[in-house]
Amino acid sequence: MDSRVLQTWELSLWRGTEEGRFASYQVPCRERQTVLDVVTYVQRHIDASVSYRFACRVGMCGSCAMTVNGVPRWTCRTRIAEVAQGNRIAIAPLSHLPVIKDLVCDMSVFFEKWTTAGGAFVPTPGATDNFAHIPPDHAARRAADAAIECIGCGVCYAGCDVVGWRPEYLGPAALNRAWTLVNDARDGAGAERIAAVAGDAGCHACHSQQNCTRHCPKHLNPAASIAGLKRRAAAALWRGGS
Amino acid sequence: MFAASRFHARNHSNYWAFMLHRISGVALALFLPVHFWVLALAAKSLNGFLVWAHQPLVEYAEAGLVLLLALHLTGGLRVLVLEFLPWHNWQKTAIAISGGVSLGVALVFMLNLT
Ligand code: HEM
Ligand code: SF4
Ligand code: SF4
Ligand code: FES
Repeated sequence: MDSRVLQTWELSLWRGTEEGRFASYQVPCRERQTVLDVVTYVQRHIDASVSYRFACRVGMCGSCAMTVNGVPRWTCRTRIAEVAQGNRIAIAPLSHLPVIKDLVCDMSVFFEKWTTAGGAFVPTPGATDNFAHIPPDHAARRAADAAIECIGCGVCYAGCDVVGWRPEYLGPAALNRAWTLVNDARDGAGAERIAAVAGDAGCHACHSQQNCTRHCPKHLNPAASIAGLKRRAAAALWRGGS
Repeated sequence: MFAASRFHARNHSNYWAFMLHRISGVALALFLPVHFWVLALAAKSLNGFLVWAHQPLVEYAEAGLVLLLALHLTGGLRVLVLEFLPWHNWQKTAIAISGGVSLGVALVFMLNLT
């Protein structure tokens, strides 16, 4: 798709809350335009009442995720020419989260689940007395490293069918976070965290469909993290734990 | 546009493997009882059963059931390997193996029938 040969994008933007409709806008094509640029154009030049979120514009803050032509994506680093169907593009808020207005979702449930899944670091007694010695090639360290770069964008959560089927499911991002802490030698809440994620709405609800892994803009693999939690939970059960 | 997009968001091999596993699981749950029931009816006399079991329709239905079972069994083994062994990125190979073995088993079964 070469954006230079196109004149305008035919944009459908979600307007309203849960109840709402797609409104049409025409936005001039520019080279290397991102999806976020196009939404910003609408707000600055066509209709100032369009609500959407962004902060960093460089893929660090995780606030700009939207559903772009049916697929959850970070919009600040998605070139519109790569995802448009011809010159048509439909932009909606993320799925599985309450819509506050237009493209803005209420992320509270998403982050509450991080807390429920034991997402807070709990230092072992004495952990602050000295530096922990964790060799860079240690297996647990590498497992944590592979999952640590999450920006909390909610793309995986919006893409996961199980979240759609069972709204109480903790979801890929919260479980992925729990997995990084389970592998953190300085953390002292391992058993509690495994108990927190091993419930009905926890890691065992995942069917390894891997939509999360497919769509994560940071190329993380939440499905692999969840499989890791399943093994730990099974091992805890085997040892007669919770 | 949206139906197509919903498909697009899920069009990857692991999702296909999941769908195949679910469909074969549900189909097994539906057809296995029928299979046992019909078997029980037909087995009342052994001779009648043997004649009955050689009807082409019955043979194809049985081959279908074997394919479903093989698909579901290998698909289930794939899930177990994926989740209970340390994660590796050879899942696509696992899907292919699971499909291939299933087809193989069903074919051997059909050849045996003739
Ligand atoms: C032959 C040995 C079998 C094995 C190794 C096996 C394995 C599995 C596994 C691992 C799952 C979980 C899949 C997931 O988490 O997504 C599953 C789901 C399921 N199985 Fe089986 N199974 C077998 C036989 C059967 C039979 C005989 C039936 C039918 C009565 C059946 C019906 C189902 C159904 C309906 C599901 C739910 C599918 C889903 O969650 O996607 N299975 N099976
Ligand atoms: S692998 Fe699990 S968490 Fe990821 S999308 Fe699938 S069901 Fe959801
Ligand atoms: S795991 Fe990936 S997709 Fe999910 S919230 Fe983190 S960065 Fe976003
Ligand atoms: S605006 Fe920060 S990640 Fe897109």
